[in-house]
Amino acid sequence: MSWLRPLLLGRLVRLAWLLPLAAIGLFTLISLAPIDPVQAYVGDRTSLVGPEQREAIAAAWGLDRPATERFGHWLGDVLRGDLGRSLTYDMPVAEVIARRFPASLVLIAGAFAVSFVVGTTLGIAAAAARGGPADRIIRTLAVALSASPGFWIAILLIALFAVGLGWLPSCCAAPPGLTAGEAGWSDRARHLVLPVATLSVVGTAPLILHTRQRLVAFLDSPAALHLRAHGLSWQRIAFGAGLRHALGPALTLHLAGAGELFGGSVLAETVFAWPGLGQATVRAATGADAPLLMGIGLTTLLFVFCGNLLADIAARLADPRLRQGPA
Amino acid sequence: MTALEILSRGPGGTRGGRHPLWRGAGAAGLVLLILAAAALMPEPWLDVNAQAVGRAPGPAHALGTDSLGRDVAARTLAALAMSVKIGLLAATASTAIALILGLAAALGRVADHVVGVLTELVLGLPHFVLLIMVAFATGAGATGVIFAVALTHWPRLARVLRHEAQTVAASDYVATSRALGRSRPWIARHHLAPHLLPQVVAGFVLIFPHAILHEAGLSFIGLGIEPHLPSIGVMLSDSLREIVAGHWWVAAAPGAGLVIVALSFERFGEVLRAATAPPEGTP
Repeated sequence: MSWLRPLLLGRLVRLAWLLPLAAIGLFTLISLAPIDPVQAYVGDRTSLVGPEQREAIAAAWGLDRPATERFGHWLGDVLRGDLGRSLTYDMPVAEVIARRFPASLVLIAGAFAVSFVVGTTLGIAAAAARGGPADRIIRTLAVALSASPGFWIAILLIALFAVGLGWLPSCCAAPPGLTAGEAGWSDRARHLVLPVATLSVVGTAPLILHTRQRLVAFLDSPAALHLRAHGLSWQRIAFGAGLRHALGPALTLHLAGAGELFGGSVLAETVFAWPGLGQATVRAATGADAPLLMGIGLTTLLFVFCGNLLADIAARLADPRLRQGPA
Repeated sequence: MTALEILSRGPGGTRGGRHPLWRGAGAAGLVLLILAAAALMPEPWLDVNAQAVGRAPGPAHALGTDSLGRDVAARTLAALAMSVKIGLLAATASTAIALILGLAAALGRVADHVVGVLTELVLGLPHFVLLIMVAFATGAGATGVIFAVALTHWPRLARVLRHEAQTVAASDYVATSRALGRSRPWIARHHLAPHLLPQVVAGFVLIFPHAILHEAGLSFIGLGIEPHLPSIGVMLSDSLREIVAGHWWVAAAPGAGLVIVALSFERFGEVLRAATAPPEGTP
């Protein structure tokens, strides 16, 4: 594992310059917003809050000071581990993220596993039947999936399985009146099915097409021809030697795209009222909750970073030739 | 028309696929049809009608009506026209950004580093989270969507254009051309442009479906097009309340319309990519 240390070091160096730049970028973006945070906070209570109180709120949040000073202040707090206080949830940002991220991670992990299995299986099946009707159907499906909004598929799934057939719940992480902790395992699993299915759509299509392309190249290679000459069927070759050939790169691609699953979960959580960080992102953006948005921005940046790092490690585990190269 | 001519001369029709020109005509025709039909549609078709609330698809309303008695087909058409307009605008802007940044990166070392850092930053967040941030920063609404989509879709195309421009600039025939005394603008016009144009067209076509899908997503969560205007995202967001009552048609038509438009461009982009892709190896 001598290749692991330089890789980790290189990535940490990159994170060391990426994170501050991203923080500046995010802070600039959020300060640009024309929405007045005081007005967003006051909301419906406009008639109850006078101009002096507004000024007091603005002063309490430090809004009367210049942006650079506010940034310095915010950065100092972040370095001490204080991400500020969320306006919409009225608790520390770190706590909102710590409470809600696990729920999102459950969705993301489920969707990651499902789309990996479905994507690689369909990709290999398509390659094994290349040129045939099965190949054409799978490829059409993949292209159609990549052109479909995930949240629309979610709504159709609800219409079919929750409303039409009544098999699965259409909302939330637990039955009404219970928190996720109180609900039994079977209940929680039932609530997971549709959100996970929705989120799986995001990562499946590229995986199908990538796996298929890679495997077609393998099946045209002398190695595959050799196996064929020994009497193995294309299906056996594809799901035997071909599977081992395609799995590593597929995992690398899938891990590198894992960050996008969080983007998908924003929409999936909105549709299913899933109590995760994606839902909090929407509430933060529509409620002008700048501290929470900053916190979510930095969290998702780290999430994408981890996905890419794991992808780099997976690529080197799968292909020893990469271990020689520069990190 | 030069772009189409260049494209039509490319190694199109891969593996029995149709010629790029046909798919391009299909996609462009679909967009023109939507824009024309929405412009010609009589205004009253979009009106609220208390007499026809929540009707299933039938002879009077081919795709049914919603909970306010509005015709779903007419609303879908108006919303698609809105999607297409915003998508074209945002995809054009994003392509322009990609062209500027890609060329800058290819021509200067400092610019190359700056563009590299910008790319890392844009790709450092999940795409949809970045869209939310930019839409929030620009005050949501239609303007916010256009900014969000335009400012986040350029990295892939910029990278392709940078690679392409560097390859051409380092080629022997450009060196020969320089030695023969051709000016930089002449080289840009006669050597660079013919190589970049197909890539720009393909990049635009591939950005467009993402642009309209992301616009719908932003409108769906309430950060996109204002709710009083017809848009696919807002229609689908409204439909969430209606499908519980079994009104599936309120959700089916807008989404299907969006998928058809996105798919026609995705498939056009697919053949364009195959036609313009450098041979094996480079991503």
